[in-house]
Amino acid sequence: MSVIIFSFILLFVSITAGLLGSLTGLGGGVVLIPVLTLIFKVDIHYAIGTSLISVIATSSGAAAAYVKEGISNIRLGIFLELATTIGAIMGAFLAGFISTSVIAIVFGVILIFSAGVSLLKHEDHIEVGQGGPLARRLKLNNSFPSERGTIGYTVRNIPGGFLMMNLAGIISGLLGIGSGALKVIAMDNIMRVPFKVSTTTSNFMIGVTAAASAGIYLRRGYIDPGLSMPVVLGVLIGAFAGSKILFAAKSKSLRMLFAIVILLLAIEMIYNGTLHRI
Amino acid sequence: MNSKLNDRDIEKAMGKLLRVGVLSSALIVAAGAILYFIQHGNDLANYRRFIGEPKRFTELRSVWMAAFRGRGRSIIQLGLFILIATPIARIVFSVIGYVFEKDYLYVMLTLAVLAIILINI
Repeated sequence: MSVIIFSFILLFVSITAGLLGSLTGLGGGVVLIPVLTLIFKVDIHYAIGTSLISVIATSSGAAAAYVKEGISNIRLGIFLELATTIGAIMGAFLAGFISTSVIAIVFGVILIFSAGVSLLKHEDHIEVGQGGPLARRLKLNNSFPSERGTIGYTVRNIPGGFLMMNLAGIISGLLGIGSGALKVIAMDNIMRVPFKVSTTTSNFMIGVTAAASAGIYLRRGYIDPGLSMPVVLGVLIGAFAGSKILFAAKSKSLRMLFAIVILLLAIEMIYNGTLHRI
Repeated sequence: MNSKLNDRDIEKAMGKLLRVGVLSSALIVAAGAILYFIQHGNDLANYRRFIGEPKRFTELRSVWMAAFRGRGRSIIQLGLFILIATPIARIVFSVIGYVFEKDYLYVMLTLAVLAIILINI
């Protein structure tokens, strides 16, 4: 296939991935790696590098909007970035030593997990009051604007959340994805941060986490300009279009459809991984 | 001084910084794409085997020089460097913001995050 045709097909696929990723809240990266490796027959190292770049693009783009609205908890994000950046560097380091088949299998497992998390029902359990001494010392308790006015909340179980964030960072550095699902679990389920704050703060952190492993990826030659170009532009266009038609995000059937697609891609990745085809 | 108000000002400026970073990177990548298509449009696209990128695409200095000679892929790579630098610039921005707020605990925490990233770049 010539460079021009390859780039335009990939641009179109990336627009779709970016659109679906933004509508379902799963991010574009989760479908990009399996599509690149299984359909475009791209080596998984290049696929991981390309995905990491697209993750930085979409998370920075989305964070720009959320930060302005004042929903993200910036202090919580910065504090937890300590955990995710250390993890990301550990993960990127590991990626150079683990066989590609194992990476494919781990990826498949994380995909299934992310799809499952996206289908779960979220009930907000907002904790109020004084909060623990650590949360107060770190000024993590905050408030966010909603339809019912400003809602205050406190943050719980900070060591537990920190450890989970470290794992999210390792997975992000190893697989070149944002691991938004793990980040939301750390904040929503462990630290009891309201769901809207969890998702936007997670998004805010993803770019910094990815930037930590990007240097290592770049030096190892995982980031190819010809391959990254259509993917970055496509995912950005798709994500921007998705943010303009946000009302569709509530559609349960769309989330279900995307989860099924992800599940199939995950099985294919695990299958190819166990047969050492990747 | 009301520190809450300060937080909001920093958040707004931070949003602008992220937007400018992403947009300028996308424009440079798109410009590089046009040159890349002219220079290599009919070459074969093959990423089946991992060989790693040559030094001219991984070192800032070489990328910078080749980009000024009008090499398409080097211009794309320059755009990607700006993209990677965008969240890092956001951290630097946070450090300055917390210095102004005199929140020295967060100046330290943010500097620590910055150090972790810069050591590995």
